[in-house]
Amino acid sequence: MTSAGWVQIIIYSVCLLILVKPVGLIIIQALERGKSLLLPVLGPVERACYRLIGVDSEREMVWTEYACALLAFSLVSMVFTYALLRLQGVLPLNPMGFSTSTAPAYATAMTPDLAFNTAASFTTNTNWQSYSGESTMSYLSQMLALAFHNWVSAAVGMAAGLTLVRGFARRSIRSIGNFWRDIVRTTLYILLPISFVCALFLVWQGVIQNFSPYTVVNTVEGAKQIIPQGPVASQEVIKMLGINGGGFFNANSAHPFENPTPLSNLLQLLLIFVLPAALTYTFGRMVKDTRQGWAILAAMFILFLSGVAVCYYFEGRGNPAIARQGVEMSVKSLGDSGGNMEGKEVRFGIAQSALFATVTTDASCGAVNSMHDSFTPLGGLVPLLNIELGELVFGGVGSGLYGMLVFAVLTVFIAGLMVGRTPEYVGKKIEKTDVKMAMLFVLAGSFSILIFAALASVVSLPLGCAANPPGAVFNNVGNAGPHGFSEILYAFSSATGNNGSAFAGIAANTPYYNVTLGLAMLFGRFVMMIPVLALAGVLVQKKLVPPTSGTFPTHGWVFVVLLVCVILIVGALTFFPALTLGPVVEHFLMQGGRLF
Amino acid sequence: MFKQMMPALRATLVLAFLTGLVFPAVVTLCAQLLFPDQANGSLIRNQSGQVIGSRLIGQMFVKPEYFHGRPSAAGQGYAGEASGGTNLGPTSSKLILGSKDFVGIKQLAESYRSENLLGATDKVPVDAVTRSGSGLDPDISPANAMLQARRVSAARHLMLEQVIALVQQHIEGRQLGFIGEPRVNVLLLNLALDKIKR
Repeated sequence: MTSAGWVQIIIYSVCLLILVKPVGLIIIQALERGKSLLLPVLGPVERACYRLIGVDSEREMVWTEYACALLAFSLVSMVFTYALLRLQGVLPLNPMGFSTSTAPAYATAMTPDLAFNTAASFTTNTNWQSYSGESTMSYLSQMLALAFHNWVSAAVGMAAGLTLVRGFARRSIRSIGNFWRDIVRTTLYILLPISFVCALFLVWQGVIQNFSPYTVVNTVEGAKQIIPQGPVASQEVIKMLGINGGGFFNANSAHPFENPTPLSNLLQLLLIFVLPAALTYTFGRMVKDTRQGWAILAAMFILFLSGVAVCYYFEGRGNPAIARQGVEMSVKSLGDSGGNMEGKEVRFGIAQSALFATVTTDASCGAVNSMHDSFTPLGGLVPLLNIELGELVFGGVGSGLYGMLVFAVLTVFIAGLMVGRTPEYVGKKIEKTDVKMAMLFVLAGSFSILIFAALASVVSLPLGCAANPPGAVFNNVGNAGPHGFSEILYAFSSATGNNGSAFAGIAANTPYYNVTLGLAMLFGRFVMMIPVLALAGVLVQKKLVPPTSGTFPTHGWVFVVLLVCVILIVGALTFFPALTLGPVVEHFLMQGGRLF
Repeated sequence: MFKQMMPALRATLVLAFLTGLVFPAVVTLCAQLLFPDQANGSLIRNQSGQVIGSRLIGQMFVKPEYFHGRPSAAGQGYAGEASGGTNLGPTSSKLILGSKDFVGIKQLAESYRSENLLGATDKVPVDAVTRSGSGLDPDISPANAMLQARRVSAARHLMLEQVIALVQQHIEGRQLGFIGEPRVNVLLLNLALDKIKR
């Protein structure tokens, strides 16, 4: 670790903190009151949207109707993406001829299982990618099939998060909002203006934005090099702001055309965290006690900074197996260009790479500016554990906040058990159904991660079979030894957590992985979102209980520390055995000089 | 749920049109007007107007008279259509010792030493023997560039001081003074080398 590195991390944190209140206010104004500075321009568009969708935007919904609308929209838009992907060969804006007879030799086929996996992946805000963008997707597929979901899956997450906030803020009624109004307003008033400005900023820094075919150049030494092109900036920006993370190119934000400079990297990091951080203020404001929001934010910051510190420390220490080859990697002499540079870019160095890896997995983003698979064992444990804790440290748009609120409910429940009193949270009594829904949420994620990872470790198929050509499903890993198990565990954690980053050495473009990972994503999204909507539906009917002297205050440090502990204990109890078999044992073997 | 199917279908079409077509089109228009160079890939042309590369995309250099970029895992090296890293883990023997079709870090370090006329115990900077995440990293660390200066000046029959001065001119500092790491863009440095009269 270097002081120059910590300066970058601290300046990033300060920039983020400055944005929390103003953006939080913009969210309330736009979503709850329909107000925005851009109303003169976008107001007519909003009304036109409702007319075209054919809904009455004023009509409030109860939670079951809200959930039906959310599921229907997700289902239809997923089928839409599947169809576009399968048809990309006959559709326009395909200058490289992917999925046609004129496709270049390096192209990947768009098989049904790959199209299913990709459609599920983008619908659920996961953006797990079994393909390489530059050799698989036409420009139309990138924009209309994939980036479209980057917008709306973020809007859907925001909508679901808001319903839970309304559950706490409203009292003694049944309705939790209007789904169509929530997603249209999020898209128009929040995502659109930020995306437009930041897209142009990224182009200024060097991100490309065009519809040209790939450029073939003769290099200085006279070799041939293909330079890919495409409408990248418009997709890059919403990939970060919507916390989706699906790269235009295979290398994602490590690619110089997606993330050309340290400044573009800083902007991308801010785009990932800005909405979930601001939502904590939105929450505090809507329950009429901003201290509640700041307490949640404080808990998030504690977990975030601890993650960065651990990841940065181990990446900076580097890999003794590499040092033994007469390689200088001490950060004392090389600064942040030292350390474990395998899979990292020189322009970012260790500090910006460790920061990015932590941020992208605290949130459910999954974009990467360095290859997590090549991290040191404990450096790579941080992103893995972040995902497994439930991506509630900032988290996804909306989904981070509802994850954190579910844990807040559990925390007051546990505190209530300790003193033998009915727990309350921001003025609502927490009762049997609420805790059941919260536990359902926590268990669903753990179940999907552990069961699917266990299956992948033992399922044995014949060599060369269509479902998985390498035979036994474990053979798809790209690294031998405990690191191979880490790859599998990471894959199903990432899919269930709707993160999308990977220990990418695993060969996941086979029907077995495409289908099981696709199911894990759908499970992790919807089986976890429905209990949240139900919880919102139950809470919203309760009346407000005024705090008494016996009420456990949920805006102080005691609560913050307790919340952090509950998150860590639940995560550790669930995942520690699995983590021991992967990164932890690998760390000790690496120190001992073992190679596989 | 069936009642919601029709609005769902219509919402999909409306929002897809807006976010998937109108937005990228408008951004492309503005980007091409405001920043045409960057929007088209920051391409570099030679005197006769042919594109010889992109400022942002590293390319393969093997001749001794050029500075060399980092080893690359993109295709056969710096293949723009196949970006990516090795994805080999820290305890991978393939990564460290190599395999039939993969040059390990041990061998990369040895070749770096012999190419650059270093002693057997001299240390090699880590970025010179590790592959980047994109496989297209345009930069190397200043330490790496400095160690290559002797080889380059010998191959070009230039004064060592002249080459070192050129490297120093090409060190890009931290952006805004604090973000990112100091670095040297290999392609730009090599193009500047080619401009020096022998």
